[in-house]
Amino acid sequence: MSIIPIGPQHPALKEPESFLISLDGERIKDVGMRLGYNHRGIEKAAESRTYIQDMYLLERVCGICSHSHSTAFIHCVEEIAGLQVPPRAKYIRTLVGELERIHSHLLWLGVAGHEVGFDTLLMYSWRDRELVMDLLAMLTGNRVNYAINTIGGVRRDIDDEQKAQILKTLGTLEERTKYYIEVATEERTLVDRLSGVGRLSKEDVLALGAVGPAARASGVARDTRKDDPYLAYPELDFKVVVDEHCDVYGRTLVRVGELMESYSLVRQVLARMPSGEIAVRAPRRIPAGEAISRYEAPRGEDLHYVKANGSDKPERVRVRAPTLANLQAVSKMLEGDNLADVPIVIAAIDPCFSCTDRMIRIDRAARRDQFARRIDGVRYIEVKTDTEVLSWGALRELGIEWYRRRGVDFAELNKKLEASPC
Amino acid sequence: MIRPGKMLLEVLEEFFEKPATISYPARKVQMPPRFRGKLVFRAEKCVGCRLCVKDCPSEAITINKLGDKLFEAIVDLDRCVFCGQCADSCNQDALEISDEYELASLDKAELKVRINRD
Amino acid sequence: MLGAVLFPIFNILVFPGFLFLSVMGLIAEYVDRKLCAKLQNRVGPPFYQPFADFVKLSAKQEIIPHDAEGPIFRAMPFLALAATICAFLYLPIWGRSALFSFEGDLIVVLYLLTIPTLSYFLGGVYSTSLFATVGAVRTVTQLFAYEVPLFLALLSPALLAGSWSVSGIAAYFGSHPWRWCFCLLGFAVAVVTALGKLEKVPFDIPDAETEIVGGIFTEYSGRLLAFIRMTLDVESVVIASLLAAVFLPFGLGLPPLLGFLAYLLKVLLVVALLSLLRTIMARLRIDQMMDFCWKCLAPLAFLQLVACLVLKGVLA
Repeated sequence: MSIIPIGPQHPALKEPESFLISLDGERIKDVGMRLGYNHRGIEKAAESRTYIQDMYLLERVCGICSHSHSTAFIHCVEEIAGLQVPPRAKYIRTLVGELERIHSHLLWLGVAGHEVGFDTLLMYSWRDRELVMDLLAMLTGNRVNYAINTIGGVRRDIDDEQKAQILKTLGTLEERTKYYIEVATEERTLVDRLSGVGRLSKEDVLALGAVGPAARASGVARDTRKDDPYLAYPELDFKVVVDEHCDVYGRTLVRVGELMESYSLVRQVLARMPSGEIAVRAPRRIPAGEAISRYEAPRGEDLHYVKANGSDKPERVRVRAPTLANLQAVSKMLEGDNLADVPIVIAAIDPCFSCTDRMIRIDRAARRDQFARRIDGVRYIEVKTDTEVLSWGALRELGIEWYRRRGVDFAELNKKLEASPC
Repeated sequence: MIRPGKMLLEVLEEFFEKPATISYPARKVQMPPRFRGKLVFRAEKCVGCRLCVKDCPSEAITINKLGDKLFEAIVDLDRCVFCGQCADSCNQDALEISDEYELASLDKAELKVRINRD
Repeated sequence: MLGAVLFPIFNILVFPGFLFLSVMGLIAEYVDRKLCAKLQNRVGPPFYQPFADFVKLSAKQEIIPHDAEGPIFRAMPFLALAATICAFLYLPIWGRSALFSFEGDLIVVLYLLTIPTLSYFLGGVYSTSLFATVGAVRTVTQLFAYEVPLFLALLSPALLAGSWSVSGIAAYFGSHPWRWCFCLLGFAVAVVTALGKLEKVPFDIPDAETEIVGGIFTEYSGRLLAFIRMTLDVESVVIASLLAAVFLPFGLGLPPLLGFLAYLLKVLLVVALLSLLRTIMARLRIDQMMDFCWKCLAPLAFLQLVACLVLKGVLA
């Protein structure tokens, strides 16, 4: 029995994360996970920046679902401040959100094709994704990290020429997506690789708390846009795409189904866009309070929590990305599969480890029995039972000591720093 | 019908199409009008309120006073995230976003751009 | 006297030996990559790319893992290359006879073409890297899957021609034109199993980049990796030549220059077919591949064999 490390650096993973797969021949016996390779300290950095600066920081939590994080954060702040966002701004935010969902699902289709060695699907779907990126650049000014949100509304308006361009591109995209649905359901080698792997039953979804397309492919009809509507969704007409296959093939069908729903949603948004102003004036100091907001990112339910204390900087920002909820389910999905299925099963939950790696505190002593009973064979991060929270000064000392023990000479470094021009 | 080689016809059709790749730098794409590139500073309109400095997420812009009602801006192109918040915050229209994006350089000193009236 | 010694050396080293095969291999790799790119709506590499890759790789540092068995690890790429070049000496390029031929050289060619697979296996196992070991095991497992259909498919024209020599097969079909059309089913089976031999999608399981990084070739770098890639290119040319000689033996009576052009066209046609097949399919799992080869390809090859037996009786 051998342990194959998938990650932290591996061609199957687009971002670093460590999966230790115990193999018996080609069958998987156990999966161990280590998280945290992409931790950047965003939540702590958000505490020392004003709300306006935090908008841009939170946007960069993830590149693919950047609008989701930005909007969820802005919702919290606007709720604490009691601002009424004008309807036109809500519709523009919905438009950009749905365009983001389209580009994210097309990206996923290409990545799934690449993981099973089907590079042609990758090239074709990413070529079509370029059309969406061009639309987003035309609307907002950038292909990724759109920065269209501002506290109290949006920063850029949409005119009729842009609307016409969006509708024209949508026609092309719908045709191409119908072709990809055909390929995904009729190409023999692809269907063989996607079917029957990564099984997750409905009970497991509810027990492990999976969200997004991973949950909807097992028959759990959970979609924040319907359960807890926000922005323009109460007035729009769409259906939640649910599938009963419970495996990677089901997740593929859910995502291409959602693509078709998104095209219809964009059409409705453009047709019903109300007129009016695009932003209300927002104060620099947000009064004290706390708020939670949920947003249906392309990967699932994204949760943000903001606590304000009356100054112009937030006191605490907390981000719970959808991939964190889905990662626990990966071990369960991989039971009984082959090594060859690991890349596609991990890719099927659409992992975004940049979103996921925040500080997680697990208090093993208090809830050990609960965990051991509910989810067997899943190993969590090893933490000491007496967890301590480090202050800034203690963290800095720890860092300096760590490097000194490895032989870094700080006097040399200081001299180099002083000599350099910037 | 599930069969291998479903994409055969499409693939053969694509063989005769023009490639989707643009041979940069021989051919360049025109950026859309709203594209956020390098910052442009008009020194004659600046009144030195420094709202742009306050709102910049990455401390990329500094405003220095050179004399009476005369200001200069120092933009750190390697710190700028091209968000455009400074241009939005400025009440005097002194900052504008151009569509210049080919800003890479081998010399770090080139990335600190000093803009003043002359 | 000197000619008797120099001429074989020229044959082995230059034409149709090492130099000719290397150049053909580079051309075949270029055709494969350019065609694949055009089918995927991309631009693809320029014509000198395979040669540039070879030169650049040869200039890089060779890193041998600490636990790897040095001599065997280093020798494997060259053993594979040598076996593949040897196999080519028995294949007719133009005309009806190869450089060296004897009764039974079809079997020798097939066994010589198995040596690269075994040397990859040894190279992978002696790398003592986890990914290389998994890849090595997969290589040998895959060998058991595609060998039988490949042998059966290649034996069908041999049976029809009544000769175990590749040159003999070429001579038979040369004197009985159009009879090679009876073996087209075998040609289809042979092309699909050639994908398995050359480890291309959908059978590139030992070298699955997204699953086991580089598979058997994970730990190879520098000059060794350059020669492994050269071996893979040369192998594709040799197998394309074998398929062209056995299944597409037309135009063999032409004058040397035209015959050489016909040979080039046939080899590039087979390479283009392989490239097309690898563009339109996804990679299979090893158990799915075994199922496919044993339940689908082997019966088809057997059917072709039976058809050739019947035809031999009818035509005689």
